[in-house]
Amino acid sequence: MDRLEQEIKDTSKGMTPIVKTVVRFVIGIIVIFGVYIVLYGHVTPGGGFAGGVILASAYVLLTLAFGKEMGLSKMSNTGASLLDNSGALMFVIIGLLGYTGGYFFYNFLGKGDPFQLFSAGSIPLANIAIGVKVTASVFAIFMALSIFGRFIYKAAEGDESESEE
Amino acid sequence: MEIILLFLMAFMIIGSIIAIETKNLLSSVISVGVVGFSLSIVFLMLGAPDIAITQVVVEILILVVLIRATITTDNTAIEGPRDSFPFVSSLIFFGLFLMFAFFAVQELPKFGEPLMRVSSEYLRTGTEKTGATNIVTAILLDFRAYDTLGEATVLFTSIVGAFVILRRKGRKGKREIDQEKFGILEDEDIKQNFEGF
Amino acid sequence: MILYFLSLVLLVMGLYCLIAKKNIVKKIIGIVIAEYSINLFLVLVGYRHEGIAPILLKGMQTEELVQKGVDPLPQALVLTSIVIGLGTLALMVALCLRMYEKFKTFDMTKINTLKG
Repeated sequence: MDRLEQEIKDTSKGMTPIVKTVVRFVIGIIVIFGVYIVLYGHVTPGGGFAGGVILASAYVLLTLAFGKEMGLSKMSNTGASLLDNSGALMFVIIGLLGYTGGYFFYNFLGKGDPFQLFSAGSIPLANIAIGVKVTASVFAIFMALSIFGRFIYKAAEGDESESEE
Repeated sequence: MEIILLFLMAFMIIGSIIAIETKNLLSSVISVGVVGFSLSIVFLMLGAPDIAITQVVVEILILVVLIRATITTDNTAIEGPRDSFPFVSSLIFFGLFLMFAFFAVQELPKFGEPLMRVSSEYLRTGTEKTGATNIVTAILLDFRAYDTLGEATVLFTSIVGAFVILRRKGRKGKREIDQEKFGILEDEDIKQNFEGF
Repeated sequence: MILYFLSLVLLVMGLYCLIAKKNIVKKIIGIVIAEYSINLFLVLVGYRHEGIAPILLKGMQTEELVQKGVDPLPQALVLTSIVIGLGTLALMVALCLRMYEKFKTFDMTKINTLKG
């Protein structure tokens, strides 16, 4: 608890302590909401794309409020790259496994009753793969754009101007 | 119903006029945000809740990325006189286009009575063939999963392309490969290793 | 009919901003507005009067969905188009940042005269 209090009172990086305290409460709710929209994509509106972008915006909120080091410590660069590639690979494997039933992308698992979580065959698995992929992609591009900016200031002006977002 | 749609579309057109003509870059980015949010309300009134959710969250990320591009420089104002040749020629061309579009739009099916030859089959047999109750997800991931594979490929390619553009230097030798891919150096190497293209 | 025409007016305004403005960020804003207008036009074509969203609720028969549901096919394609728009915007902004680093300005006429 001591390190957390220190990090909240440290005003050199990130935003004011009010913003940091509110973000600590709100981020858990955003992550749960994003996971709900990804998993129940075949029953309620939503799906893999919307849920993946919601999860990525939770990471963006964390980085904006606490500074770059906190965002990088939750998911490092190699971690984001691995998640991105494994999400795309899983989607292709689900398609290739359809060959056991007849043709590409055949829905090979059982159908189940409607309105349940475990129904509709391979559709929830494909939703999870797409959600993971979109989350990692959007978070990684945001980190690359924000880290690139620091080099422009240090080179174009030459002095220590930490003018970030 | 149509009155509300007309009012919202007029609001969007006014917002985009402000976004195009204003001289301050930051206010034009905020006007684009207003256009996007009213677009998501229009999607909700047209009976598409999936698209409304996606449009709201993607709009927020578009605003974050555009503001990141805008505050690169300190002065956010545009100067300079207006070039006359592109302005006049584009006005003439787009005036002609709109005149022809007014007559071409009369040939489309009347607003509110779609043709729906393929979609009525999807609506009738969607739930019993796939087991999903959200017909839009069933179309995206079961009837037309090949298009979703193409979309995942396009997203992947554009993100990898953006990384390659934002890279620091080519060969490093002693550095690790994944640090080089993301272009992140430590603080003390900035003055030595920073070069242009 | 006038709704289709208004969305085409929005497309024309986005294209005008792409052609006739000199600042790179303004051109990117023009592309974003043109993308919004095309997605809107596709969803407008598939609307049905007094229609319900194409989602089956509890206790509803599929006959009702066939009689009153809106067209679900353009909605599925517009969903992927919105996310692809985000990806291409990230690529365009990366190019814009690189150009600023090399030429130190956002103005296209000055970049045309500098020529590296």
